[in-house]
Amino acid sequence: MKTILTVNGKQHEVGHDSRRTLLDTLRDDLGLQGTKKGCDHGQCGACTVLLNGERVNSCLCLTAMHEGDEITTIEGIGSPERLSALQKAFVEKDGYQCGYCTPGQIMSATAMLKEISEGAPSYVSDDLGAPHLSDEEMAERMSGNLCRCSAYPLIREAIAMAAEVKK
Amino acid sequence: MTDTFTMDSPQPRLLDQTGQGVVGTPMNRPDGPHKVSGRASYTADTVMDNVLHGVLVRATIARGKITGIDRDSIRSIQGVIDVITDQRMIRNPAQGMAGEAPVQPGDAVYYHGQPIALVVAETFEGARDAAQRLNIRYETEKAYVTPEGTPDREVADPETAGDFDAAWKAAEVRVDQKYTTPSHAAAAMEPHAAIADWKDGSVTLRSSLQMIRFNKKELADTLGIEPAQVRILAPFVGGGFGSKLGLGPEAAAAAIASQKLGRPVRVVMTRQTVFDCVLRRSETAQRVRIGATQDGRITAISHDDTVSNLDGEGFSEPVSQASQFLYGADGLSFTQTVARIAATPAGSVRAPGEAVGMLGFESAMDELADSLGIDPVELRLRNLPDTHPMDGREFSVRGLADCLREGAEQFGWAQRGTAGTRREGDWLIGMGMASAARSSMLVKSAARVRLTGDRAVVETDMTDIGTGTYAILAQIAAEMLGLSPDNVEVRLGNSDLPGASGSGGSFGANSAGSATFLAARKIRARLAEQLGCSEDDLTLQGGRARGGNREMALTDLARDEMQAEATIESGMTAKSHFSSGFGAHFAEVAVNEWTGEVRVRRMLGVMSMGRILNEKTARSQALGGMIWGIGAALTEDMQSDRRDGHVVTRDLANYHVPSHADVPGDMQVLFLEERDDWANPIQTKGIGELGISGAGAAVLNAIAHATGKRIYDFPALPDRVIAAMEAAL
Repeated sequence: MKTILTVNGKQHEVGHDSRRTLLDTLRDDLGLQGTKKGCDHGQCGACTVLLNGERVNSCLCLTAMHEGDEITTIEGIGSPERLSALQKAFVEKDGYQCGYCTPGQIMSATAMLKEISEGAPSYVSDDLGAPHLSDEEMAERMSGNLCRCSAYPLIREAIAMAAEVKK
Repeated sequence: MTDTFTMDSPQPRLLDQTGQGVVGTPMNRPDGPHKVSGRASYTADTVMDNVLHGVLVRATIARGKITGIDRDSIRSIQGVIDVITDQRMIRNPAQGMAGEAPVQPGDAVYYHGQPIALVVAETFEGARDAAQRLNIRYETEKAYVTPEGTPDREVADPETAGDFDAAWKAAEVRVDQKYTTPSHAAAAMEPHAAIADWKDGSVTLRSSLQMIRFNKKELADTLGIEPAQVRILAPFVGGGFGSKLGLGPEAAAAAIASQKLGRPVRVVMTRQTVFDCVLRRSETAQRVRIGATQDGRITAISHDDTVSNLDGEGFSEPVSQASQFLYGADGLSFTQTVARIAATPAGSVRAPGEAVGMLGFESAMDELADSLGIDPVELRLRNLPDTHPMDGREFSVRGLADCLREGAEQFGWAQRGTAGTRREGDWLIGMGMASAARSSMLVKSAARVRLTGDRAVVETDMTDIGTGTYAILAQIAAEMLGLSPDNVEVRLGNSDLPGASGSGGSFGANSAGSATFLAARKIRARLAEQLGCSEDDLTLQGGRARGGNREMALTDLARDEMQAEATIESGMTAKSHFSSGFGAHFAEVAVNEWTGEVRVRRMLGVMSMGRILNEKTARSQALGGMIWGIGAALTEDMQSDRRDGHVVTRDLANYHVPSHADVPGDMQVLFLEERDDWANPIQTKGIGELGISGAGAAVLNAIAHATGKRIYDFPALPDRVIAAMEAAL
């Protein structure tokens, strides 16, 4: 079957198996291997992409269900020569080790910062109307992204650093 | 070929005399920009034309024989090319540094989850579907799947020093406790993966592996070909933690399928398959006995354990490794029992031995301190042995006492107070500590350095599994040659390059780093000769060479490429001196008195681990280890079905590795730097595993301090914490 998707601003028509996940389409059909497969079950977050601006686990999305949708992957965030503020902060703070979960962490953090700036509260928010970017908020909101190297404190330092830069 | 440098005598500290000043600095990883932009290429990221997809099929019996594979059961599935079964397939991954094929089981099934066939299809979806639907017929045999239930037990001779029985009998105060820890999974984020491509009688294997030099031999032996016919590539490895030390079933199957089908074959394990057949850390049952005098001198130490493994696997979790040298006693005794079971085989997972052995041992030390009424830090300080208690070797350099004192000071240990007395609402607050120890090794390793003008290249088959190899080898070469690290390119993870130790046992930086250092030193000698000065008189800095009243730019001095290769191996110093990283972990926890939930509020790890090559990557590894300690103490619990041994917690929703929310922001690491002249010519010790060794015990001891009650079966799951607290009433 065929699905038309816009990925990183570019429209693609992909022919695919009806069982194909968005993750496998991105990686194997469109050559965007930056998005990683860690569990294929929505448990690790390595495959996080933005779907119409919101973060999702692309392993839990069937390609066939995303006709006309806009997807942003890590390749759409920045390149080694032109890194985003978050990507730079991850390098500076060593917010990774093996690097495998990193694209997912960065995609998730990109969306998370937007969610906080739009006032979306979380389980740990003191003020449901105006959450602020505390370490606790970040820990809560980033818990869908596992990192077995366990760079967690440094990932959150990197996110805080990037958020500061943006201000 | 090169001559081999053998570590027979303490080495001068050349890296403290060189002038570039980059070794030790918190330099960013050169591979960082590629990692954060998704451009770092891991095994399954390699794009290959015409690639076929393979999915492993698992055995669903604990022991027996395959009597038939019903290929017709998947004939209707579109795109299926073949079902590969082959006498060369392997039962499980090779153990670390095996250098030969693991057991090749043929039709025999040794454990539930054993890979028994590879379904190959044009699409991943087709292969996955067919692998699940393939009918297998078995003849089953009786299987023992639990360490408690199996009659097949191997009891090793006790390892002893002095007379433990007499010392134990005479002890004035005794702690005698039993502990259990469950199996653990390495659970690297990148699932095990391989892409094999046969061409003209040779195979190129891309696979997520930690030890290329050994893996090359393992694949050759598995396939029955010469190592020269094998090429392995692993430039980026998405975490290993021991689970990728040896060649895996996915690599063997991919190579066999590619040879048969004449096309490249990609096999990526599903997360569940990783749990089923990648080597786990054994569960342990431990008994710790520590005897002491009333005034706190330890006189007797015993740490016995039972671990498990599959028949034919030589590895057994070295549970009492650190217990054998941390503290002195008049009598010490250690006995290990290996229970042979039909279950996923066991192997190395980050800090084999210490990661679980220290949970028991350092908990027992804490209990002894309580019994004696002596501060736990003070008890440890009073019992540091003069030499290795088991074999009398000198300690090369041991920072344990300083780490204990400095950690107590920095953490505010003096404010700890009486157990079970501090409370914030429903939360009971406690502080705990434990020593850290992890022995350090040097493994044969080679590297080549090439200098052209003011640019250098380092080449070795060493891997970077997240440890920072790309960074530290660039720093060492840059320091030795007086270059900016930006001018040094590091090429890794390619079996065509000089063979290194590989990444494992915390010996990678010691070994591959020393080989790089020695190769660069040879180039320094040539530069000195060309400049007309002695090596001692040579200063290399900022791309310029100075010596003997002359100064020249490297672009003039090394106009033609200079190349040197060096090999290092362990020697006499390892026989005379015992090298180990040491440290002290401190933790503060809050325990909910109603739910039994434990929250780590802050941790501090103070570590002495030789020369720090890169302050940033070293800290990351130390932190990562400490967080693994949190996992071992609180959440990680691999469980198997007690009837057929199959892994029940076979995904990341059921096997709980720490997540962001489990880890506080206040995680501190402090290095007390030292130089280990006896270890290697760069004076380093291993870093990757010291962080975990003892960290979990600090958390568990903090729970004991918060609640006033102890837990002996780990991890400290909420139900266990509640049971312990209720027992206190």
